[in-house]
Amino acid sequence: MAEVAHAEVGHGDHHDDHHEQSFWSKYIFSTDHKIIGFQYMFTGMAMALIGGYFAYVFRMQLAFPGASIPFWGTLSPAAYNSLVTNHGTIMIFWVAMPVLIAAMGNFLIPLMIGCDDMVFPKVNRLSFQIFLLSAIVLIISFFVPGGGFGGAWTAYPPLSAKAEFNATPFGAPLWLIAVTLEIVAFLLGGINFITTTMNARAKGMKMYDIPIIVWMIVIASILFMCSVGPLVAGAVMLLFDQTMGTAFFDANAGGDPVLWQHLFWFFGHPEVYVVLLPAMGIVGEVTCTFARKKLFAYKLILYSSVGLGILSFFVWAHHQFISGVDPRATYLFTTTTLLISIPVAIIMFAYIATLYGGSIRFTTAMLFGLAFTGEFLLGGVTGIWLGSSGTDIYLHDTYFVLAHFHYTFVPIAIIATFAAIYYWFPKMFGRKMNETWGKIHFWGTIIPFNGIFIPLFILGAGGQHRRIYNYQNFPDLAGADMQDMRVFATVSLIIMLIFQLVFIVNFIVSLKRGEKAGKNPWKANTLEWITESPPPHGNFGATMPEVYRGPYEYSVEGREKDYWPQNEKPEPENR
Amino acid sequence: MAGHNHPSYLKIYIILVVLFAVSVIGPEVAPMFGAYAKAVVLLTAFGIAIWKAYLVCAYFMHLKFEKVYAPYILLACLSLLFVFFFGTATDAMFSNGHNWFKDLDEEAMVKEAEARSYVLNKDSHGDHGDHGHGAHDDHGDEDKAH
Amino acid sequence: MAHQIIATGRSRTGIPTGRLAVWWVIGSEILIFGGLIASYLLNRFNHGPSWSVEAANTNTFIGACNTFWLLTSSLFVVYAHAASERRDAAKTRMWIWLTILLGGFFMGFKTYEYATEIHHGFTLFTSNFWSFYYTATGLHGFHVLCGMVILALIAERDVKHEKNWHRVENIGLYWHFVDIVWIFLFPLMYIAK
Repeated sequence: MAEVAHAEVGHGDHHDDHHEQSFWSKYIFSTDHKIIGFQYMFTGMAMALIGGYFAYVFRMQLAFPGASIPFWGTLSPAAYNSLVTNHGTIMIFWVAMPVLIAAMGNFLIPLMIGCDDMVFPKVNRLSFQIFLLSAIVLIISFFVPGGGFGGAWTAYPPLSAKAEFNATPFGAPLWLIAVTLEIVAFLLGGINFITTTMNARAKGMKMYDIPIIVWMIVIASILFMCSVGPLVAGAVMLLFDQTMGTAFFDANAGGDPVLWQHLFWFFGHPEVYVVLLPAMGIVGEVTCTFARKKLFAYKLILYSSVGLGILSFFVWAHHQFISGVDPRATYLFTTTTLLISIPVAIIMFAYIATLYGGSIRFTTAMLFGLAFTGEFLLGGVTGIWLGSSGTDIYLHDTYFVLAHFHYTFVPIAIIATFAAIYYWFPKMFGRKMNETWGKIHFWGTIIPFNGIFIPLFILGAGGQHRRIYNYQNFPDLAGADMQDMRVFATVSLIIMLIFQLVFIVNFIVSLKRGEKAGKNPWKANTLEWITESPPPHGNFGATMPEVYRGPYEYSVEGREKDYWPQNEKPEPENR
Repeated sequence: MAGHNHPSYLKIYIILVVLFAVSVIGPEVAPMFGAYAKAVVLLTAFGIAIWKAYLVCAYFMHLKFEKVYAPYILLACLSLLFVFFFGTATDAMFSNGHNWFKDLDEEAMVKEAEARSYVLNKDSHGDHGDHGHGAHDDHGDEDKAH
Repeated sequence: MAHQIIATGRSRTGIPTGRLAVWWVIGSEILIFGGLIASYLLNRFNHGPSWSVEAANTNTFIGACNTFWLLTSSLFVVYAHAASERRDAAKTRMWIWLTILLGGFFMGFKTYEYATEIHHGFTLFTSNFWSFYYTATGLHGFHVLCGMVILALIAERDVKHEKNWHRVENIGLYWHFVDIVWIFLFPLMYIAK
């Protein structure tokens, strides 16, 4: 273990080395965790634009079937399938994962635990490069003959396994390769996050001094690593089925298509919590800082999220209640599914209890944080009907399911991400974002969001099936009587997308002209706020910080200031 | 890791080789146990595989002397596999379920497999029609090597 | 490298960072191979009679030889680790190259085995048993190949220049893991008939 003993000298004396770096080595091939975090964030944002555009196109088709869609043209059924599939894939694998885990993890973990970089900077860079490659492969797959993969993001065989079923002979394997590459990228990144947090914490930082978001990202990375293995094996099998003609999932030749569903959902359900936990962590940080109050029940939140992680491995078959799983097993999976709402509820209540008696500041970040709590609650509560195998038989594959998981995923991937960006933007770029425009953006996002998905709940409860290209052709599955609500949802979506322009403009203008933030604009405690904004290479200058207390010591009685940075030395008489 | 009192690597290796030999010989001597033949094969094959894996993990990978985190990481991953297996087994492992069945003709699959089997067809006078578990013919291995 | 990253040198758990990461890599690999093996077992239990007829065609002799090569290479790589702790570059390199040699034996026997199976008419597409057989042993063979390449790189780039000694142990852990996977694949594919 001789390699452990390095002298802990900061990077202050190395500054001269880094001045004459070229654009390429500084921003493209950098091993600096902050730059890699930005790379993930901007790639994720670009992919979000593509995913949002896809959503716009197919929602237009649903509202006005057969009409020529502005910025697209007439939508064919095959292209519709391809758009729905890739909208789902992009939003989960190329938006939620990179922005919430990779970007936030990369940017925040070393800063928050008080070290200068990830423990494996080069692996970190490799992870982003593989991720970028996966995004490029996915984008290429839209332009090959037959178009992008059209077998839904869950890729159930036989639809996904045979080109004669999904009509995308090249799109399907490319999609699968892109997803596998993306998984590899996050395995590398996840190992980095976990190892960094386990091993590289600042002096004095004990288990319970770690900010909750770091915990959440680490637990999420562990969940990802532990759940994705069977899917990797399954992806190899499915790729062989698609390209070479094996019959792993072909029932006619002795294979088992339901096996894929198990392999997929054994990953797919923990994946929900993989993206949920970082979002919860962001909201915890934001809520606590702007309530100016100690986080309520830190340890309980922590234990609940660990319990949530463990339970999440026992619920996956609730996605398969009507696809032929043993009805006796559904008892078990119904029970565990309903149980898993308990830890989530505990965390939610802890956040609400944090607000109680605090002096709340309604900054944009706080608004988004509070909106997450409220909107996610709706998403969680509607899950009860889908988790119970009896009601699921009626609701399965209707718009109710769709509205339910969008009520969970949009708060996670959109609302919590905005909270994070508004909150850490000053640290990332040294300037604050404009609060007025931020609030306009907030209301322009939240109200249309509910406008999209509340009608879809009603549609689903009315028995309207999802994945129907044109309701006029399938009177049994989708009726004309509810068409007004589809139009309403589509209009809401367009309004929501237009308001994202406010965010983009605000983001770009604030980069140049925003109010200078200084080191600690929000008066927060965690370690990232003690360094410059933006942090220099090496993060903390010449001396690395030392930690003396937990991250949430706000409004401590008998102190002049209402915050107490983690690294501030205690007064001698307090000891 | 120096300074730990672990047994010599060579000793562990010799145990591993002996175990390995037992696992290879297992199926050959199993018919002698009659009704228990299948159990003997399973025990010598998989019981010994687990034992071997334990020895490699504990001594070659030094897990016995490692900090507690490492074995916990591996055991957690391993236990999740069992979760996956048993959750999936209720339908992927069976041909008939509570209200469904897989339309598969196992008899026909056996016939097909026998028709293309190299071991069964290379000498047609053998009495290799038996396709049960464990009762494996005892003259195949050396012949197959060339 | 212009400078050393402080974070890499810290070790709050007491496990050096590189080794801790290898444990996590192995943990995720357990689930990748485990997912494949679990799928194989589920099918095997479902199609017991026909699959045991198929499995009778696998070559136990070659499988046994390969088990032996990997077991022995595990011993060699642990000797390499022991030598690296004594900072004995010559011995370390020797044991690493012997390990690679045995890995080469493994791959050679594997190639011969695949060739005979294909010659006997058993390809990836013959039936699901053979699909699993080739996928599982192929994925494992790919790991052996990767291990050999990394071992060679460590021997020639690090050990030769007497630096990064901890890498010998880390690649050793990976190599043992690959050995353990084979310890389970061997009875699954070759003995259980």
